[in-house]
Amino acid sequence: MVNSSRTPVLQTEALTIRFGGHVAVDRVSAAFEAGSLTAIVGPNGAGKTTYFNLISGQLPPSSGTVYLNERDISRWPVAKRARHGLGRAFQLTQLFPNLTVEENLGLVVQARHGLGHRIWTLASRQQAVRTEVESLLDTIGLTERADDFARALSHGAQRRLEVGMMLAMDPQVMMFDEPTAGMSVDEAPVLLELIHRIKNEQDRTILLVEHKLDVIRTLADRILVLHNGRLLADGEPESVMQLDVVRQAYLGELSDEEVA
Amino acid sequence: MFQSIRDTLPQSRILRGLLAVIVVSLLLAPFIFDGSRALDTAARLCIFIVLVASYDLLLGYTGVVSFAHTLFFGIGAYSVAIAFDHVAPGFGVLLVAVVVALGVSTVVAVTIGLVSLRVKAIFYAMITLAVASVATVLVSQLYLYTGGEDGMTYRIPRVLTPAFKLLDDKVLGVRINGKLLNYYLIFTVSTVLFLLMVRIVASPFGKVLKALRENDFRAEAIGYTTVYYRTAATVISACMATLAGVLMAIWLRYTGPDSVLSLNIMIDILLMVVIGGMGSLYGAIIGATLLVLARNYLNEAMGVAHNAFIDVPILAELFNPERWLLWLGVLFVVMVYFFPLGIVGRLVRGRADHG
Repeated sequence: MVNSSRTPVLQTEALTIRFGGHVAVDRVSAAFEAGSLTAIVGPNGAGKTTYFNLISGQLPPSSGTVYLNERDISRWPVAKRARHGLGRAFQLTQLFPNLTVEENLGLVVQARHGLGHRIWTLASRQQAVRTEVESLLDTIGLTERADDFARALSHGAQRRLEVGMMLAMDPQVMMFDEPTAGMSVDEAPVLLELIHRIKNEQDRTILLVEHKLDVIRTLADRILVLHNGRLLADGEPESVMQLDVVRQAYLGELSDEEVA
Repeated sequence: MFQSIRDTLPQSRILRGLLAVIVVSLLLAPFIFDGSRALDTAARLCIFIVLVASYDLLLGYTGVVSFAHTLFFGIGAYSVAIAFDHVAPGFGVLLVAVVVALGVSTVVAVTIGLVSLRVKAIFYAMITLAVASVATVLVSQLYLYTGGEDGMTYRIPRVLTPAFKLLDDKVLGVRINGKLLNYYLIFTVSTVLFLLMVRIVASPFGKVLKALRENDFRAEAIGYTTVYYRTAATVISACMATLAGVLMAIWLRYTGPDSVLSLNIMIDILLMVVIGGMGSLYGAIIGATLLVLARNYLNEAMGVAHNAFIDVPILAELFNPERWLLWLGVLFVVMVYFFPLGIVGRLVRGRADHG
């Protein structure tokens, strides 16, 4: 079912948050459909991560609304949003450092199946969870590190586990916050290829905060440009990048890097 | 039950051997150790293993720092004491006392657990400390019911006392009487409670508790309502401590602030968890054994050393039995310095399953 209806999966309406006098996200309205990949760009401090925090619930909005499948979820706690299909991979890796890679993923899988309250089964004997974890390990290429503590992984491997944990949620909405940040030149393409594959094969709503323009060009169907918390532009990649305001506000700053 | 043991038992050979020695010693304690003092030590050890393991469930697994654990220990002990003293020593009364104690502990634990919704770890620790102090004051003020500072001595069901004789003859030099029954009651209940906890930490629920300890922000973000789990852990831990208190009251036939409520016991529990190794229930066995033995026998061991060095001027004084607390202190410092992860933590370091 490819977008038979054009109802957005996720929508924000005049979403705003103020910290004292500073408006970090200022009346941002946008709708995200199934099967789309939207890149959210903007200079540092533009409010991209804050916008994510408002959607996934780590921050309560000062005003405005977040809709998930047309339900107002603005007041829902984080865990409830997660259970209803909002998955997020964090910019600063958020793992369970003293648990193994397998346990990290297993925790997510059992959360999705609602098994967390089971006190009388043995976690190690839940075959369904194990099978799923094995396939996830394969997807993120960490099968051989399954029994290592998460903290013992290299930075790149931790980033992959971070993404793997979000995939394990099997969420309707996938939010990637700079997934390739700090990854080596060899590692980044593997992860991007993975996101590309998810986009093509599964009917997900993907939001991606990313700095690298070439990545955005190849992956994104659409770009949102945030600047000082405001939505500066919203549209297809090529046309958005042509806009003068965007070039000034964002691309202008990066043009050196782009040349280099 | 046995699968969970197989799945969670530490891999280290030394550790397994050590655990086997302790468990077998406790199982056969009445037959291999002489005297009522040895039996008393063994019974206390059984009880403390449960108490320490239940505290580790909270501290080592869930990452909650609470100083109110003796409060729950005390609720269990005082319920039995008051019931036996004010009503009658019988098993029906005991059952009612246990149910009431578990009820009270659950209410208190839920209340304390819900507070954790609002405050940061350090304030939570302070709140529990305050609650525990209030309980101590209450016990001392309500002396009509609790015996105040003196505590209360009471009778227990006759089947559990030395006066009750099962056989006229000794078996392997041991009198088969109520005291022996009492010991095996304590041993059996402690074993069951400990295995229950082993089972709990190996469950999906137990995994979530570890996730809370590791990163509650992420636990919430993958869909666990952390307050619910933290409260559940507090309740389970509290109920286990309550049952340990019940056992203590039955064994000692005395309940007072010094035996179940004092801050000293809280500190002992903390030390046992830390020395044994946080986040491993088997560490509770090691930690409790080491400390209970040290508390009970260090004094004597030093007496022996004192006599051996009686002619050496400084050494003799150093090993004066009156200085046993000094050596206990040295022992702690050395342990914490060389085994920052606890004994079990040290022995299974680098391995995945320490729980």
